Amino acid sequence: MTATASPETSEDLDLGGDSRARGADRGFRGLVTLAGLMVLVVLALILVATALRAMPALSEEGLWGFITGTRWAPNEDVFGTFPMLYGTLVTSLIGMVVAVPVSIGIALFTTEIAHRRLRKYIVTVVDLLATIPSVVFGLVGVLVVVPFIDDWYQGLAGLVEPVPVLTSVFDESNTGRNYFTAGMVLAIMTIPIITSIAREVFDTVPETDKQAAYALGATRWEMIKGAMLPHSFGGLVGASMLGLGRAMGETIAVALVIGGSFHISANVFDTGNTMAAVIAQQWGESTGLHTDALVGIGVVLFAITVIINFAARWVVRRAETKMRGAHS
Amino acid sequence: MTTVHHGAPPDLSGRNLSLRRAAANRAATVGIGLCVLVAAFPLILVAYQVVVRGGSALSLGFLVEEIPRNYRTAGGGMGPAIVGTLLITGMAALIAIPVGVLGAVYLNEYGKSGPLARFIRTMADVMTGVPSIVMGLFIYVVYVVVIEERTGFGGALALACLMLPIVIRSTEEMLRLVPDELRQASAALGARKWRTTLSVVLPTASSGITSGALLAVARAAGETAPIIVTVGLTYLYRPDLFAGQNTTLAAQIYRNATQPFEASQERAWGAALALIAIVFLFTIVARVIASRFAVDRR
Repeated sequence: MTATASPETSEDLDLGGDSRARGADRGFRGLVTLAGLMVLVVLALILVATALRAMPALSEEGLWGFITGTRWAPNEDVFGTFPMLYGTLVTSLIGMVVAVPVSIGIALFTTEIAHRRLRKYIVTVVDLLATIPSVVFGLVGVLVVVPFIDDWYQGLAGLVEPVPVLTSVFDESNTGRNYFTAGMVLAIMTIPIITSIAREVFDTVPETDKQAAYALGATRWEMIKGAMLPHSFGGLVGASMLGLGRAMGETIAVALVIGGSFHISANVFDTGNTMAAVIAQQWGESTGLHTDALVGIGVVLFAITVIINFAARWVVRRAETKMRGAHS
Repeated sequence: MTTVHHGAPPDLSGRNLSLRRAAANRAATVGIGLCVLVAAFPLILVAYQVVVRGGSALSLGFLVEEIPRNYRTAGGGMGPAIVGTLLITGMAALIAIPVGVLGAVYLNEYGKSGPLARFIRTMADVMTGVPSIVMGLFIYVVYVVVIEERTGFGGALALACLMLPIVIRSTEEMLRLVPDELRQASAALGARKWRTTLSVVLPTASSGITSGALLAVARAAGETAPIIVTVGLTYLYRPDLFAGQNTTLAAQIYRNATQPFEASQERAWGAALALIAIVFLFTIVARVIASRFAVDRR
């Protein structure tokens, strides 16, 4: 067959055979190649088809105006999506501030502290967390957490009132549906993702490094600080970015607890909206240009998440090869 | 260390650690342990609420009766949503699993580390990160708008797009575990490559492939965003995926959760319990298959 095939595979073992058998081989190869190409086809189609559909709404404002405009008034054909972009960033950021340390903690607990049986239980708990559909988190959030959490927010806002900057970040709360609640839901939903990658990253730390740290008299915490975290830093950054990408695209759980208003507020206890959530909330009642604008939000969201995912994979891969180079 | 110990080895037991170091170590251990509780708490909260509130809503009638048209009407059920969930997810699996498995065959048996295969692998990873709502919008634009109707099949297409990269990556993982000796033995017996792949490689990896595919199905069954964009709404049984609007459990939870009425909230809880039961069933079956037949992975 082809000269490029590596010698240890069966490809260069041409034992002859009739042309029909060879045709079947070629046909099969074509079929599986086509299946593999489907990924590229779908991704390309997503970009082209949704961008074309969103064109009328985008040309109304221009891409820049669409992204930076602060007024969203579909019945006047005014489509500024900055409040949603802001909401997406704020809620994902709140989610990451909570989820990243917690996930790293869980990963450290399973790799370094827990005994084998306990480890299995914890891995199961995290996996179960990942299987719960996002709409169920939203349901529990809106019907169980939102009704009572408002009092807690007000308490916290009262506590930080004398502190200059904090008081504008943790200001008055009128409802439990706000950026902060959405951020908490996002944290819970991204913990399983970040944890599982962080565990893989920690597993690549060479046993000799850890033993060396212990042999120098380090406590467990000093070993983690001195041997594990520096070694894993790149991988952990990548894991966090993958979590961030997931958080920014999360729709339903956020749509239920974000409140659905269109202003920009520094107060995390204020109602808001996110790009994904507004699509879900307004889809049913939208027509014409409004629908196109919602698709346009989807295009921007797609672009952002693809870039974040690319960057995250790149960071993880670079960290991996660097580590392999250092230890082989 | 300046002192040289003669005879007795240095004491590394930690008994004479400085207070600060011991305290830091203890604090870190406690902090790390707390992280586990932070993750366990929402799981317990969600499980408790769904089981208690959903359990009181759930009955045989709830599982089979049609959905009331009015939010306020008590009683009724989620029958059409349960059937819709199973049909739409099943159709998505029928589309995504064959394409995904064949795509993985290309990556592992043909493309290997060639530039095209590497590119597809990267893009499949990127595709897993595409938000589900974007998949819904995509199918809306290329399918729903074209046939001018929201149908169950549109939802199935969107879910299939979500499952495809997961199936490809998990299947490829499994194909990589098939020992090369089996391929060589098959080739030595005169089998063509397609024959070797279909009757030796894929059957050897079948349990791993099935388990990965089931996990993808479980994830798809709980998706809401692409469904509300492409599937529409129905109160009646709609077994035909190709004509007429449809509905799923997840979409019904979303729809009913925001209503202030007791009756609709109760239906949302019941639907949540039914949905979680379905998702867990798929997950557990996948786990059992994976561990039961782990032997053939060597």
